[in-house]
Amino acid sequence: MNLHEYQAKELFRAAGMAVNPGDVADNAEGVREIAERYGGGVVVKAQVHSGGRGKAGGVKLASGPDEAAAHAEAILGMEISGLTVEKVLVCPTEEIATEAYVGVLVDREGQCPVFMVSAEGGVDIEEVAATNPDAIHKLRVDPRYGLMPHQAYRLATRLYADPALARQGAKIISQLYDAFVGNGASMAEINPLISTTGGEVKAIDAKVSIDDNELFRRPSIGALRDSGSEDGADAQAREAGLSFVKLDGNVGCCVNGAGLAMATMDLVKYYGGDPANFLDIGGSSNPDKVVAALEIITSDPAVEVILFNIFGGITRCDDVARGIVEATERIDIEVPIVIRLTGTNENLARQILADAGFTAGTSMDEVVQEAVRLAG
Amino acid sequence: MSIFVDENTRVVVQGITGRDGSFHTRQMMAYGTRVVAGVTPGKGGRDFAGPEGRSVPVFDTVADAVAKTGADASVVYVPPAFAASAIMEAADADVSFIVCVTEGIPVLDMTRAHALARDRGSRVLGPNCPGIICPGKTTLGIIPGRMVTPGPVGLISRSGTLTYEAVHHLTRDGLGQTTCVGIGGDPLIGTSFVDCLSAFADDHETEAVVMIGEIGGTAEQEAAEWVSANLSIPVVGFIAGRTAPPGKRMGHAGAIISGSAGTAAEKTRAFEDNGIRVARRPAEISVLVAEALGR
Repeated sequence: MNLHEYQAKELFRAAGMAVNPGDVADNAEGVREIAERYGGGVVVKAQVHSGGRGKAGGVKLASGPDEAAAHAEAILGMEISGLTVEKVLVCPTEEIATEAYVGVLVDREGQCPVFMVSAEGGVDIEEVAATNPDAIHKLRVDPRYGLMPHQAYRLATRLYADPALARQGAKIISQLYDAFVGNGASMAEINPLISTTGGEVKAIDAKVSIDDNELFRRPSIGALRDSGSEDGADAQAREAGLSFVKLDGNVGCCVNGAGLAMATMDLVKYYGGDPANFLDIGGSSNPDKVVAALEIITSDPAVEVILFNIFGGITRCDDVARGIVEATERIDIEVPIVIRLTGTNENLARQILADAGFTAGTSMDEVVQEAVRLAG
Repeated sequence: MSIFVDENTRVVVQGITGRDGSFHTRQMMAYGTRVVAGVTPGKGGRDFAGPEGRSVPVFDTVADAVAKTGADASVVYVPPAFAASAIMEAADADVSFIVCVTEGIPVLDMTRAHALARDRGSRVLGPNCPGIICPGKTTLGIIPGRMVTPGPVGLISRSGTLTYEAVHHLTRDGLGQTTCVGIGGDPLIGTSFVDCLSAFADDHETEAVVMIGEIGGTAEQEAAEWVSANLSIPVVGFIAGRTAPPGKRMGHAGAIISGSAGTAAEKTRAFEDNGIRVARRPAEISVLVAEALGR
């Protein structure tokens, strides 16, 4: 789950970090009031789950309240990477001397948190990694000891030659690690971490992703979810415990298991079709999940056919068959349904489906081709 | 032969009295797995009723179970909130092979569990994996026994049901298996493709290997290089997620393309550059294996 900049900054402040002040508003008048309160120049920043906000015109400098309100007018409601901007963050401008990058994420290979820092901040770090990899310094952290003070200091010395700045940098790096671990993040970054002309080091941007698997024990973090920025089908899938990703095609897919679900989408494409979605109904498929899955798939008007691909292992084919029959009784489905099922309790499932007027194939290739043909 | 486990492996089931744990323990025992103990805190001293009137003693802790029964492998079926701690308990009791089926474990919990397991010399399979099955010998996890058959193919996969799909075709085409290993769909897993490949390389009965990968991370690329440098038997690959959009998690926590790394195209290229033939459809996997074995 991604947090907005203003939410991430709150977590950083709670860890004691020096972060520039700021306040959010969802209308131009509110932005004007915030700018009046701060006095002087401000920056108006779109709060949206997307990188490249600046390039998209979602970050603007203003010399005073009138200009800030005018920028807010333009930014609020703007679309960035398909997402509508609902809120802006307003911060006083800073006298920037240097911009650095500090980030921590989970390293798959090392199986531990890894810090990445660079004196070249304020730009896309993936670009720095591609063009000038030597400018990025990495440090793996042993999760049992945490980030040790000397490690934080050493990272800070990669950013600042001045010992006074390095000491402040080390403190912020330690606080970033605390916020990362303390909130169950999978990624936390500051870009840029600035030093001001007055010799202060502070975070003026913040990006945090929370590990979804942590949310069961962190209700206060879960409450930060911006449901307004979430698609209706996404929210419905999340509540039903289904893994769902919307795509652009017209073949609705309902599969058990993530790997098989991806392979099914790929096979639809292989036979010349376009998958409308990724959807994994999971291991133990009670009929309610199948009903929810069908509701989600049919809510997409582009869908011309629904393809079930079930390989019964733990999932019992008869459970899925009952779900399909029940769902078609409860909701109106106007597009054809093609079904492949094989494995545990396959014959019983076939009987249940036959009684309700459905037929089911056993070959994934044949059924996918049939679905692609029906999708036109 | 089989890799990592065989018919002599003595298994303790963690979470044996739970819904999933009890169901799969009975399945494993029916298949022939030597389940010697179960662990559920607070339920020590009871007996778990297995199939055919057999029973399994239940202990409060893994250390007790190991001391009394000599268990040397465990299967973890406990809920995500307690699963990392269950893995650490098994490693702390010197269990050498730990299979974790549980999906949804916080990744920072797993950084600590993997660190402890490495220190103790325990191998973790998973988490978020279907387990391991050696046809005709033993099974640890949830892979249905009736779809496998003994034979010369080793199989390694990040996915559960896609493994079943591939094994289904292999078995139907008369290509049995030495061992099928599901390494798991999480970003941090204890046993990699390379660990499995290296074990298959030492197994004289394995004549070909199937590697089923998916988007996310670079484990397939590393495996491909290892194959080209070290393995003399043929390898057939499959990569799921060619149509997956970047930045979206495709069910498995580890199946996400970040930046340019981890795409199906990149992994397919790494396989092919290192002499691994890549099936375009799941059904084609067994066709390529048959060709590689000259059948």
